[in-house]
Amino acid sequence: MEALWHALFAPGFFTSQPVRQAVLVGGVVPIVAGAVGVFTVLRGQSFAGHSLSALGTLGGSGAFLLGITPLWGILTCGFAVAGVMELAGTQRRRGRDVATGLVLSTALGVSALLLYLVTMSGSTTGVTVTLLFGSLFALSGITVPAMTLLALVCLAVLALLYRPLLLSSVSPELAAARGVRVRWLGLAFLLLLALAAALCSVAVGTILSTALLIGPAATALRLTRRPARAMVLAGLVGVVSTWIGVVLAYDSYLWPPAGKGWPVSFFVVAVILLCYLLAGFAPAARRGSGRAGPTGRAGEQPSSGPREPLTPARLR
Amino acid sequence: MFADAGMFANYMLNAWEVATIVAVVAPLVGFYVVLRGSSFVAHAVPEAAFAGAAGASLLGLNTLFGLGIFALGASLGIGAFGRRGRHDVVTALAMVLMLGMGSLFLSWSSEYAPEIYSLLFGEVLGVSSNEIGITAVLGAISLAALALLHRPLLLTSLMPEVAEARGVRGHRVEMAFLAVVALATTAAVPVVGALLMFSLMVGPPAAARCLVKNPLGTTALSVAIALAVVWGAIAASYQTDWPIGFFVTGFAFAAYVVAQLGRRLGTVRRRFVRAGAGANPAVTAGGVA
Amino acid sequence: MSGSTSGETSEHGAVLDIEGVSVWRGGRQILDEIGFALEPGEFTGLIGSNGAGKTTILRVVMGLLAPTQGRVLVEGKPLTRRHRSVGYVPQKLLIDPDAPVRARDLVGLGLDGHRVGWRMPSRERQRRTEEMLEAVDASRFADARVGELSGGEQQRVLIAHALVGRPRLLLADEPLANLDIRSGQEIVDLLARIAAEQQIAVLLSAHDMNPLLPVMDRVVYVAGGRVAAGTTDEVVRTEVLSRLYGHPVNVLHVDGRVLVVSGSHVTVDAGAVMDTGAGMDTGMDTGAGMDVGVDASVAAAERR
Repeated sequence: MEALWHALFAPGFFTSQPVRQAVLVGGVVPIVAGAVGVFTVLRGQSFAGHSLSALGTLGGSGAFLLGITPLWGILTCGFAVAGVMELAGTQRRRGRDVATGLVLSTALGVSALLLYLVTMSGSTTGVTVTLLFGSLFALSGITVPAMTLLALVCLAVLALLYRPLLLSSVSPELAAARGVRVRWLGLAFLLLLALAAALCSVAVGTILSTALLIGPAATALRLTRRPARAMVLAGLVGVVSTWIGVVLAYDSYLWPPAGKGWPVSFFVVAVILLCYLLAGFAPAARRGSGRAGPTGRAGEQPSSGPREPLTPARLR
Repeated sequence: MFADAGMFANYMLNAWEVATIVAVVAPLVGFYVVLRGSSFVAHAVPEAAFAGAAGASLLGLNTLFGLGIFALGASLGIGAFGRRGRHDVVTALAMVLMLGMGSLFLSWSSEYAPEIYSLLFGEVLGVSSNEIGITAVLGAISLAALALLHRPLLLTSLMPEVAEARGVRGHRVEMAFLAVVALATTAAVPVVGALLMFSLMVGPPAAARCLVKNPLGTTALSVAIALAVVWGAIAASYQTDWPIGFFVTGFAFAAYVVAQLGRRLGTVRRRFVRAGAGANPAVTAGGVA
Repeated sequence: MSGSTSGETSEHGAVLDIEGVSVWRGGRQILDEIGFALEPGEFTGLIGSNGAGKTTILRVVMGLLAPTQGRVLVEGKPLTRRHRSVGYVPQKLLIDPDAPVRARDLVGLGLDGHRVGWRMPSRERQRRTEEMLEAVDASRFADARVGELSGGEQQRVLIAHALVGRPRLLLADEPLANLDIRSGQEIVDLLARIAAEQQIAVLLSAHDMNPLLPVMDRVVYVAGGRVAAGTTDEVVRTEVLSRLYGHPVNVLHVDGRVLVVSGSHVTVDAGAVMDTGAGMDTGMDTGAGMDVGVDASVAAAERR
């Protein structure tokens, strides 16, 4: 029993400060990501989430250059982009893919420049890796408390807006008829999405953050059709995946190649993907009848979205 | 700017050659990517290729080898399981996993940071002489394949049912095309980087199609644009020491914006002309944006 | 009911000859021993509501769907995949307005779009393309982007594309569905003219036969996977269609238009349901649905 415990948790796991930090962040961020992620998928805005994450690279690299914590840079950039997106509309249209892709690419190109400048100025090392692939074990001073606070704010706002947001996600016309300000709500949601994307970006890196944002949500939606349950489930999947990732990453210091340890983000993403695939084997009864149905909105949908459209009657 | 041999010195020649090959092949492939609405492929394949390159680098093999295998695997996989390159949670997660794996492989090597950077954002100087040879071969094969397939590919991209009725097997043509995408990706990633290849593959054709109405003219113009972008990027990168990826994306985006503006202005002008030619001025004027 | 009421058998010189074709898909029978023949120069309407089996028939004729039984002969020879004699005109092009393909280019693809390899553009190709664009009256927008054309203009280009390969049989897949009445009429007239001038057999599928009445030589009426083929007068009759549907229907001629209505109710466009007093149950289980085809256009009345 002792031996098993030591095999699972390499020595020093529970006393290591970076590990505690990682576990804390890894417990908080996925909960937010799960809740926001479920809404994102329901609203068909997964690509918006992806864009926000990629553009976070720009904000983060800018922050590094200016010598401030990347979190703020990513956040600011995310908010700005969210505002623009709401103006431009996030629906998929022909030609939109190309335009968005080019904007993202260019933003990454600028990030490349900024990261280069940062590296040249010699102030921080390994900036590229930290920004793009995350540094769950190496979060500096204010970042952890800031993230926790932001996560709580995000959850609070989400809880506040829950009903109108759900209604307007599933049936904007009905929501408008009931006096819900659909447009403002859409903007508010994009800001929340930017917030969640920023938190995920700091946790597992800007490039990999989509996995943390969308992965557990998509997994949960494979297992249940009820939004509230999906959010809880998504949060659970996210937290468990991240914690397993943290454990494995810590243990991997003992694995070959010696002394280096594998990147924690890799483990987190791998476990998330695994969970998603396993959800495909869930008993068919839980998945409901039939295959793929688009959810309330037009726009791009994951192939594994909820099986039937959510009607207001199904909302809880 | 062109003092001495400067940027045309011997050690830079490799860069010019490889970049030129890439600038010819990528937009030709990109023309069909844009036509078929398969932008997603132009994101996903390079990201998968990145993992392959990282793995190859770890094993001490030629990067192109790793790039090629993973790129081919990804593009053919998309063809077999995907739906014309659409977004899909599985494929999105798989691509992210590829990126994660790439970071994993590179973390085991000693050159972690610089390697990651050059694979993601491009590195114009890192091309050796024998790699030029391979790149040239990849380019030649891609061009030959496109030359062979261009008619059925065009037909099945525009009118899939008609093509099927004429005996064109759309699925086979698609798979062949995706293989070419993989080859082009393999050639382009070392120069432009996995994250930025999209700009070079999609940007010039997207710009060219705004200005030219027929397929042949569009492909020719997109190659011209791509060459201008790439050559300008090398020159600028040489002068400033800034990364080439920055210039490639910047110039490609500029070309796209200019072309789009040109098209909008052209439409507005045409409306004015029609109004002048005798249509009801009040109505037409109201119609001009 | 299979075959036709007018006793058509495989004619020598028939462009298309279908006999005893059945198609089963997923345990369901989509087509039930259908048969008809098409002669060169004839304009035939393939009439039926959605789900009746029109699309399946087209796919069989195109060689995309192998019938479970029966035979399909094109110009006296069994159908192969690559049959050059059959031209297909799709309903519309799903293409964005920016796509760099002109009408001229699209028609050119009709000549050699299926060929692998590189060929230098020849004068002959250009001439044939021009000729075809002329024939469909599309010369004035030959150099416009296909994605920017109106529905009617696009249809013309698609027709030219199908015609340039000199097919003996032209299949038009519900061309009228997305067109306004006037454009639709123009397309019908164009196809009728082409059928006569070039001695091509034209098969046009539609769910409303009224726009076709003035030019239709024959009709192949599809309901519930079965067909009745012959001239309009032979087929569009109460007893024939009732037998076809397996259910009482009434064929009404109203003001020069044909209405096919079920035995006890007639539904008109305004949504008013009138009881004709027959008092019968209208449970339609043929799966064909009922298309009344009421078209309140003035143009149709003017035509008569």
